[in-house]
Amino acid sequence: MAALLDVRDLEVAFPQPGSGLFAPRPSLRAVRGVSFTLGQGRALGLVGESGAGKTTVALAVMRLLDAVGGTVSFDGADLYALDAAAMRARRRDLQIVFQNPYSSLDPRRRAADIVRAPLDLLGIGDPAARAARVAGLFARVGLRADQATLFPHQFSGGQRQRIAIARALATGPRLLVCDEPVSALDMITKRQILDLLAGLRDDFGLALLFVSHDLGAVRRICDEIAIMYLGRIVELSGRDELFARPRHPYTRALLAAAPSLAHRRSQGRAARCALAGEPPSPIDPPPGCAFAGRCPRATPKCRAECPELAAVGASRVACHFPG
Amino acid sequence: MTGRADPWLRRFLSACRTGPSAVVGMAALLVVCAMALYSVFLDGRDPFDIVSLPHRAPTFVGPLPLGTDYLGRDLAVCLLAGAAPTLSVAAVAAGLAMVLGVALGALAGFFGGRLDDLLMRFTEFFQVLPALLFAMVLVTLWSPSPTTIALTIGFVAWPPTARLARAEFLRIRDLEYVVAARAAGAGAGHLMWRVILPNAAPPLIVSATLVVTTAILFEAALSFLGLGDPDTMSWGQIIGANREYVLDAWWPVAFPGLAIFLTVLAVSLLGDGLNRILDPKSDGA
Repeated sequence: MAALLDVRDLEVAFPQPGSGLFAPRPSLRAVRGVSFTLGQGRALGLVGESGAGKTTVALAVMRLLDAVGGTVSFDGADLYALDAAAMRARRRDLQIVFQNPYSSLDPRRRAADIVRAPLDLLGIGDPAARAARVAGLFARVGLRADQATLFPHQFSGGQRQRIAIARALATGPRLLVCDEPVSALDMITKRQILDLLAGLRDDFGLALLFVSHDLGAVRRICDEIAIMYLGRIVELSGRDELFARPRHPYTRALLAAAPSLAHRRSQGRAARCALAGEPPSPIDPPPGCAFAGRCPRATPKCRAECPELAAVGASRVACHFPG
Repeated sequence: MTGRADPWLRRFLSACRTGPSAVVGMAALLVVCAMALYSVFLDGRDPFDIVSLPHRAPTFVGPLPLGTDYLGRDLAVCLLAGAAPTLSVAAVAAGLAMVLGVALGALAGFFGGRLDDLLMRFTEFFQVLPALLFAMVLVTLWSPSPTTIALTIGFVAWPPTARLARAEFLRIRDLEYVVAARAAGAGAGHLMWRVILPNAAPPLIVSATLVVTTAILFEAALSFLGLGDPDTMSWGQIIGANREYVLDAWWPVAFPGLAIFLTVLAVSLLGDGLNRILDPKSDGA
């Protein structure tokens, strides 16, 4: 079976202001050759630190910003080859939940209008059917019907994220991109929202692209996990495999640094390397492995040659010396 | 509050609670509008008629309540007759300035890039010209009439609004709820007018009240300088005509000045209160 979403060699760059009128404009290479596939009803986690390009991948997959290279195939069709009208029609199948529920809802619209907006915009159903659909979505995400006429500022963060999820589900999408949907929430609300997303995936056969820097959240909900570093995927493997046998040195450092996984130290997994320093600048990335400057295992080869993603055991790892 | 009350009454009461200044401003503006309507449709007296000796002092009661001007014209009739041209010039000028300013600012802020550069250089070209001098030149080129004066004022008053609209559109266009609307299939037109504009409204409403007041003051200034239409009795015209005798008779300058001051104040109060009423966070419910 062909994958629902097939991303190949995705490249995204943001032009930077040049130093002079005629000087070449440098560009920030946010995403460099990212490839992955996602099947119907599956969940892929994209994990990395701030600036790794996770959100950029998510937005480029939705065609909310323009990729400069590569292809994004959804259900066999390249999204970047579609004209404006076809892309608009396709948006039914692709929806997104943003990180910050305080900025992702229009403060001047009522909750029901926010949830109904995609149906209005894409012209799905008649007004009565739209109202019924909105009422059903409110119930499904755990909001009360009498809250429909309230404004976003009258809701808590968790309730706002429920509104955002209801809006994303309104058109009956097949792929839901979640851009750090629980990062702005407290622990209990986070758990509730994660359970809601997992339930929705099972009920509707939704494919989830789940962007997060929170390994605990990704572990709860994802089948596969891709670790990103400076615009590249450095390790891609199944959830259990990744947590049991992290192979890229960066993955190991991430796992060691995650506070929610700290109890695992008692099982003999001591923090091997507390990472020092910061990632190099994405404006002029180094020729070799981007992680070489911070890697305990780095050799001259690492600094000269960029490792490609290759199968190591059950994982795929971009490292010359995978562990 | 009773739930069964007439919805319009409830709305009005809610508006009184959240934006009392809007109600005060609206009431004052309605008084000015009533003056204008009375003068245009009911008052048969011609403000240009000489009815008595010049510079009769105001008595506040009797046949000449506000006295007469330097030619012996009834100042009360002049004041009533001045409401309509002053208000209509201000409304047309402010409408033109807001439409031009918001449209150009919105396009520049939303699309950015070359279009932004082009529109902003164009705006700056107008901004570096002293607005009143530019208006004087335009009025002198055209023959002064209420229409040309209104269009001229609108044409010189839009750049600040354009810059403000651009800044607001630029700020809001990348917010997540706008991206969410794009993800839901919204096109540029819907994003600009249905999503961004309502959220950019508060500073633009304030800007609109400033443009209205600017227009009233510009009209007064042009008339004061003798560039207004001499056949139209506007408040600025009355002040301009009587300014030379202000040391002998204060009232022909003071009363129209007071009328301009109160009208400008009413418009400012209305804008301020309107913002409170439109803000969902101040909803009394």
